[in-house]
Amino acid sequence: MKELSLNVLDIAKNSTAAKATEINISLVTDAQGILTLTIADNGCGMDSETLKRVSDPFYTTRKTRKVGMGLPLLRLAAEQTGGALTVRSSKDEKDHGTVVTATFDTRHIDFSPVGDIVSSICVLISGNPDIDFVFLDETPERRVTLDTKELRAVLGDVSLAEYEVIEWIRKYLHSQYEKN
Amino acid sequence: MISLEELAAIREKMKDKVVIREGSASTRVVVGMATCGIAAGARPVLNAFVDGVAKEGLSDKVTVSQTGCVGLCQYEPIVEVYEGGKEKITYVKVDAEKAEKIIKDHLIGGKVVTEYTIGAKA
Repeated sequence: MKELSLNVLDIAKNSTAAKATEINISLVTDAQGILTLTIADNGCGMDSETLKRVSDPFYTTRKTRKVGMGLPLLRLAAEQTGGALTVRSSKDEKDHGTVVTATFDTRHIDFSPVGDIVSSICVLISGNPDIDFVFLDETPERRVTLDTKELRAVLGDVSLAEYEVIEWIRKYLHSQYEKN
Repeated sequence: MISLEELAAIREKMKDKVVIREGSASTRVVVGMATCGIAAGARPVLNAFVDGVAKEGLSDKVTVSQTGCVGLCQYEPIVEVYEGGKEKITYVKVDAEKAEKIIKDHLIGGKVVTEYTIGAKA
């Protein structure tokens, strides 16, 4: 993956496949330059056996190919900066879902740039207009947020996947980055 | 700063359109967006199709959607075009520039861009 925003897109797609109805994506960078990426969903979750092998590239639940590279690639991106990847998951009836957390030292020479995160968020929303996405990108200097539940309240029956709506979301996010 | 009022205005504009559009699209463009596709450059390809279809005024006839891995990772980014009553066309190693040509020649002109299909690459 050339940029971290592509890992975000890839991992969040696992959440959509897990039938999540809400996906929280946050990138929080502290004053020391440590970036914590969290992708949390309320999907079906994983059993303990799957969870144990989740970052093994030769393990996958999909049938089309025999390798599962998403989480191993994210783990590599984190660990090569001195960071780490953790995955928590539960299939509990009342509290099911998965939380993927990766930490990165953004000052490390091997840190992949975040890249076009706005594009990844727009692709996720346009491909999954019935899922709610909550997005946060925060540094000590700025805070960029989006909650599709708020947009849905304004849009009524109009789908989040409509081209005009996605373009509005793109401009809305860019305007927050530019303001800071 | 972009405001929620602008989104409300989009809603008003879109309300009638949504009713007309429902179920009317006859062509489906499907972009592979699994790890292999994303790593090979599927995101800009998807954006090129979404933008191109909207800008060319094809939204009533063509839908652009995403799918997972189709098992041909070495050919990613892969784009499949489904048209009613016709055989599925599979385009491989697509980029934004090729997407533009596929929109112009295939989706608008009705002519398959043979040199980008899996048959030409295999």
